[in-house]
Amino acid sequence: MHLQVSQVSKSFGEGRDRKLVLQDISFELVSGQFMALVGSSGSGKSTVMRLIAGLERPSEGTIHLDGEQVRRPGSDRGMVFQKYSLYPWLTAAQNVAFGLSLQGRDKTEIRERTAYFLDVVGLADAARLLPQELSGGMQQRVAIARALATEPKVLLLDEPFGALDLQIRESMQEFLHDLWKTTGLTALLITHDIEEALLLAGTVHIMAPRPGRIVHSVDVRLDRSDLRHLRVSQPFLELREELAGRLRSLDGSLL
Amino acid sequence: MVWSPPLRRSFSHPWVLGVLGILTVFVAWWLVTSSGMVDKLFLPGPGAVWLAGSDQFQQGILVADAVASVRRVFLGFMISAGLALPIGIAMGTNRPICHFLEPLMALIRYMPAPAFIPLLIIYFGLEELPKVMLIFIGTFFFNTLMIMDAVKFVPSELVETALTLGGRGLPILTRVVAPFIAPQVLDTYRINMASAWNLVIVAELVAANEGLGKRISLAQRFLRTDEIFVGLIVIGLIGLLIDLGFRFLMRRACSWAN
Ligand SMILES: Nc1ncnc2c1ncn2[C@@H]1O[C@H](COP(=O)(O)OP(=O)(O)O)[C@@H](O)[C@H]1O
Ligand SMILES: [Mg+2]
Repeated sequence: MHLQVSQVSKSFGEGRDRKLVLQDISFELVSGQFMALVGSSGSGKSTVMRLIAGLERPSEGTIHLDGEQVRRPGSDRGMVFQKYSLYPWLTAAQNVAFGLSLQGRDKTEIRERTAYFLDVVGLADAARLLPQELSGGMQQRVAIARALATEPKVLLLDEPFGALDLQIRESMQEFLHDLWKTTGLTALLITHDIEEALLLAGTVHIMAPRPGRIVHSVDVRLDRSDLRHLRVSQPFLELREELAGRLRSLDGSLL
Repeated sequence: MVWSPPLRRSFSHPWVLGVLGILTVFVAWWLVTSSGMVDKLFLPGPGAVWLAGSDQFQQGILVADAVASVRRVFLGFMISAGLALPIGIAMGTNRPICHFLEPLMALIRYMPAPAFIPLLIIYFGLEELPKVMLIFIGTFFFNTLMIMDAVKFVPSELVETALTLGGRGLPILTRVVAPFIAPQVLDTYRINMASAWNLVIVAELVAANEGLGKRISLAQRFLRTDEIFVGLIVIGLIGLLIDLGFRFLMRRACSWAN
């Protein structure tokens, strides 16, 4: 798998209302990689993800997935949203099965895959529950299972834990890290939380707003064998402080 | 007065107070009429109304009238609901269609449906068609615009999730938009059914051979206030029954929305 974002710019609106939202975004993502985009709100993170998902088209530049240009949404790029991530009228299992049945897979395959992926996210017992009967963290796990069930080449996560309480968010970060380790998925995570990005991603891009652009990239080399320990370790805290400082200076210079 | 907790709890049940409200009016009605304060010709007592009702029932008039009115309502409303659904969805999902139709519909919506009766009689005579048409005209635009609004409030995330799962075209409509708006559509129908029911009575007051509205206007001619009351109560009861039916359907089919 090779995702290539080359010199992508995006503006919305026409004429005088035209607004440049992304400027010259370039990066690459390969199989097994976990990448994060960090930036304050309004810096264009979601727009980057929507471009990759094919929900928007770039104004300039190109996006290629395995050599083929991205032109429309497709199940090779799975997506998880922060809000309205599940279909409220479908049970957890039906939500996971949704993509498979849209693709017209046969019944036994759907049943087996649904059970498998619910199990992968640790929710085999919740199969028959409606989203409203699940906690926020469980809902996001079902959404991740649904995205994984159609075997996307890359998983796009747009602030998936942004609406969760701090404690649940921490356990979800650990969950996502374990999932990445065990399944070897490729992920692009959007977040405004530097800690989250540093905990999970091998590569972190910092984005600045107006227009949205990547101003700094770090390869994170930290021992991730124990995330709970990592959170409070000295090198982690130093790196976090350094990046937080950069983000602050970006916001400050633009106020 | 100090109420014991169980008593208070049973009074807080919505049905108990609702029935109590109806009973209060009923008892007041009975007291006023049995005291002889008002002329029975103006306000018949519950007993007289009951007699008039059972009399009509035994003659078969009551059922025939109810069937005639209900049939008109259902026919007109079914056409209205059936057309409003696809058109409302089209307006909610397609901007040009919406821009084309919305001002037109918003305009017609403000024309009182009963004002169309003279035209409908000129065009379609005095048979069933003008009455069915009146119910159609009186509910179609409201149904359509309310369904359009429901469609516009479908969260884009739900549609986009389906797109990123490999969905496209019609399945997005049938498997994402339709289930999401189902509760609002049922509620729209329930609300507009009330005006359909109003309109059929208006239409029958103007011209009809049978129907609950027709019976009321006949009763007026012979100063049969007891029969007017029978008509009013039966109309209310059937309306309430339809309303409860929609609520029941909603609870069964869209339990996720409660
Ligand atoms: N469809 C759109 N039309 C107009 N402006 C948009 C649209 N989508 C996003 N924007 C603008 O682009 C900027 C970046 O938005 P977004 O990508 O959502 O940022 P982030 O996810 O980092 O908060 C915002 O100023 C937003 O108003
Ligand atoms: Mg965003």
